[in-house]
Amino acid sequence: MAIYGTALLSICLLVGLIVGRLLGALVGVDANVGGVGIAMLLLILICDRLQQSGRMQPPTKQGIVFWSSIYIPIVVAMAASQDVLAAINGGAVAIVAGFLVVVISFAMVPLISRIGRSDSLPQKDEP
Amino acid sequence: MMELIEPLHDVLTKYSLVTAFAVIGGTVWISYFVSDRLTQGRLHGSAIAILIGLLMAYIGGIRTGGDEGIADIELLSGIGVMGGAMFRDFAIVATAFGVRMDEFRRTGVSGIVSLLVGVLLSFAVGACVAYAFGYRDAVSMTTIGGGAATYIVGPVTGSALGASSEVMALSVAAGLIKSILVMTTTPFVAHLIGLDNPRSALIFGGLMGTTSGVAGGLAATDPQLVPYGAMTATFYTGLGCLLGPSVVFMVIRAIV
Repeated sequence: MAIYGTALLSICLLVGLIVGRLLGALVGVDANVGGVGIAMLLLILICDRLQQSGRMQPPTKQGIVFWSSIYIPIVVAMAASQDVLAAINGGAVAIVAGFLVVVISFAMVPLISRIGRSDSLPQKDEP
Repeated sequence: MMELIEPLHDVLTKYSLVTAFAVIGGTVWISYFVSDRLTQGRLHGSAIAILIGLLMAYIGGIRTGGDEGIADIELLSGIGVMGGAMFRDFAIVATAFGVRMDEFRRTGVSGIVSLLVGVLLSFAVGACVAYAFGYRDAVSMTTIGGGAATYIVGPVTGSALGASSEVMALSVAAGLIKSILVMTTTPFVAHLIGLDNPRSALIFGGLMGTTSGVAGGLAATDPQLVPYGAMTATFYTGLGCLLGPSVVFMVIRAIV
């Protein structure tokens, strides 16, 4: 049944958020440290197991796939509920800081990608 | 006329989440139509939808003076629920379904490097801009630097350090600008920075850090990259809140 998939997704998110919260408390910050990331790892691991042992029924799968397919509309709703006015009215410091940090971070993507590539593809160095 | 409008308004308000599904569905439909017919698919439908969303948020802000964009209009309050943290995180986790574990393992080191570089770089850039604009005490510089990381790191850092509310507001604004810019410009720069595979998406997430920006930007570039970027981005805010009031503040205080 589809609800099994949705429930599995819910449990992964809740466990991830709780662990993230505890991690935050452990290091003394009032924030969730990687809760969603932990939930994603959990979901990947559990689904992998279930699929390999053949216990993941197609309807169960649909209970997860639906939510991933509704992702873009949710992002659109998220964009529509941002405080855009405050961002624009924030003044020059905010705009310059936000703009510069984005430009510089974009430029760093290919640089760090290169580090990763030389790490994981040593065969390229061979003649 | 009134006897027609009132029940309509009642139903739409009472079932606000359902109203949101309909409104957002319509927005997405129009966006894909425009993308197809007017731009021949060059500008991705979801990028247009996000732009319309931001425009709606701006209009909502002007009409109501609230801080939740279009969701402050009672009739459309469901959009705030649909686009809130609960549904967003739920859907982000769902995108991880079908992702292969070894994609994450292969990125290991560069993912962590990108997170550290992303957080520290943001603080550095934000603090320098703050300094240039005359905010020259370590507390304000660190707080605005935190805002350049994300709009959560800024106020968390600021309240830990006792920053003024003006500086806190500026840090939130800087974070919002960053998130909006990442959402809207990522599809245009993606090919320039090699953002077309899971590895670079993971690094992108770690460098940018704003979950909403990364989520929106990657969705508009290539939805298949979303889980990779979102994964590293979720660690960013936590790391920023950890480093900001401690290490970064001490370094900045030692310099100025």
